[in-house]
Amino acid sequence: MMDNQASAAAATSIEISLVSDQACLLQFSNIISDAVADQISLVTTALRELEGIIDLIPSYTTLLVVFDTGCFDRFAIQKALQGVLASIDWSSAGNRASQEVVIPVYYGPEVGPDLEDVATHCQLDIEEVIRLHSTTTYRAYAIGFTPGFAFLGNTPEVLHVPRKTTPRLKVPLGSVAIAERQTAVYPSVTPGGWQILGRTPIALVDWASDSLALIKAGDNVRFEPMTKEEFLAQGGNFDGF
Amino acid sequence: MAFKVLKPGMLTLLQDLGRHGYQHLGVTSGGPMDEVAFRWGNALLDNPDNSPQLEITFGMLSLEATQPTSIAIVGADLEATINGEAAMPWQTYEIKAGDVIHFQQSKFGLRAYLAVKGGFLAAPVLGSVATVMRESLGGFDGKGSKVQKGDLLPFHATSNHTPRHLPRLAIPNYEQVEIDVVTGYQYARFSGLDRARFFNSDYTLSQNCDRMGYRLEGQAVGQDQPGIISEGIAYGAIQIPSDGNPIVLLKDRQTIGGYPKIGCVTSISGGLLAQKKPGDKIGFRFMTIDQAERERHLQMSRINQWR
Repeated sequence: MMDNQASAAAATSIEISLVSDQACLLQFSNIISDAVADQISLVTTALRELEGIIDLIPSYTTLLVVFDTGCFDRFAIQKALQGVLASIDWSSAGNRASQEVVIPVYYGPEVGPDLEDVATHCQLDIEEVIRLHSTTTYRAYAIGFTPGFAFLGNTPEVLHVPRKTTPRLKVPLGSVAIAERQTAVYPSVTPGGWQILGRTPIALVDWASDSLALIKAGDNVRFEPMTKEEFLAQGGNFDGF
Repeated sequence: MAFKVLKPGMLTLLQDLGRHGYQHLGVTSGGPMDEVAFRWGNALLDNPDNSPQLEITFGMLSLEATQPTSIAIVGADLEATINGEAAMPWQTYEIKAGDVIHFQQSKFGLRAYLAVKGGFLAAPVLGSVATVMRESLGGFDGKGSKVQKGDLLPFHATSNHTPRHLPRLAIPNYEQVEIDVVTGYQYARFSGLDRARFFNSDYTLSQNCDRMGYRLEGQAVGQDQPGIISEGIAYGAIQIPSDGNPIVLLKDRQTIGGYPKIGCVTSISGGLLAQKKPGDKIGFRFMTIDQAERERHLQMSRINQWR
């Protein structure tokens, strides 16, 4: 949580620039931090109320605003954005009731083909890799790459590993993986170069549900180890390797 | 009340104006690669702006009507015929049960649109029928499938037909090779030499051009620029990866990315670019945001006033 002065100063440093005839970018900072992520969450929520906004894409330090050119011209959109920024109560940044998402994971050799390599690289045993990965609370900084793919950070420093030199052509659904300081769950079968530690049996996206995607930008995310039996009982499978 | 698909074509997709409001979940917008052509298609039939149409890439599509309707063909000239008779784009045609509509191959431009009176019928997914194959969303089946042989593409039959065609002056010029670009805040990261090279070179469309983006080949610019912190990507954004060959991101683009961007193709020029084929040459032309805005308003009001 930020003190008021710091947050007010941060708010005035938000730069609005036009990206195209249909989009503006709000740049909050050049540095990734929880305080910046809190501000972005706050602004994203506030802008949802603004008529004529087509899409909002929050990321680590920026928010892309796609607007209806029938509602705004280049001056009107900047004025409207400034108006919203001015009306925000920055003291509430960090107070947000952030959703905590708990994702059960089976960390096992059948679904975590890179467990051993990661352990070797980090000079830890496999149990320690699992313990470190599952006792950290992560923040969803950005959603993208594929629908529902959440970039979660930060992994403990000892777990920082490079991406695989040759990406896999198909990463199985629900795979839980790490790369550098990030971790993620693959919501669909895609190519991917991250190191795979395990798999969750739960669906990350369900377009028929009201929530659509399990993880949203700004959420806190935790992984909870489950046994092979629990994994299978909840519909988990060993497909893909 | 449908078209029966005799030949599915290379890539035939159901599209509306796109899936908006879900990019924060990583869901791309989709929608017609050539928005202006699409809007004219619906205007010609007096359909609502968002009525679903077929986007026909390259051609080789054959449809047989099971019921009467009125159609509009717009966009690229794919040598369309109706019962063997040539059917030029940018006008409406009366269709009777049993008529066969055939799109042969690209004569001029790459993507044609087939609009039908009242629009094609499909259940929207996340508010849109736009087909995004990569995300398994939209289309006639809701699962992102392209049109396939034997499919029935439903519409409400009608015998009301109004012959209409676009005034010659309103027809987009697909021969235009200049693609208009507005420069954004990351433009400052590129050297004066890179900027001059970018706006004064010819670029060739590579084989890697699809609905997601067009990869160009030619004068490399800004090689080995460090990446940026991943941020939201606007339609038309021109990414510069480390090899310096620009990539223009189009309707099925990924929602976020970390390559530096030298600028953004305007929404109107993006449609022209989408009509180009691998091997075609283009050049980028600097445009101010206010010119881009004026051009878009002009296009939109031309369509709306004509209705």
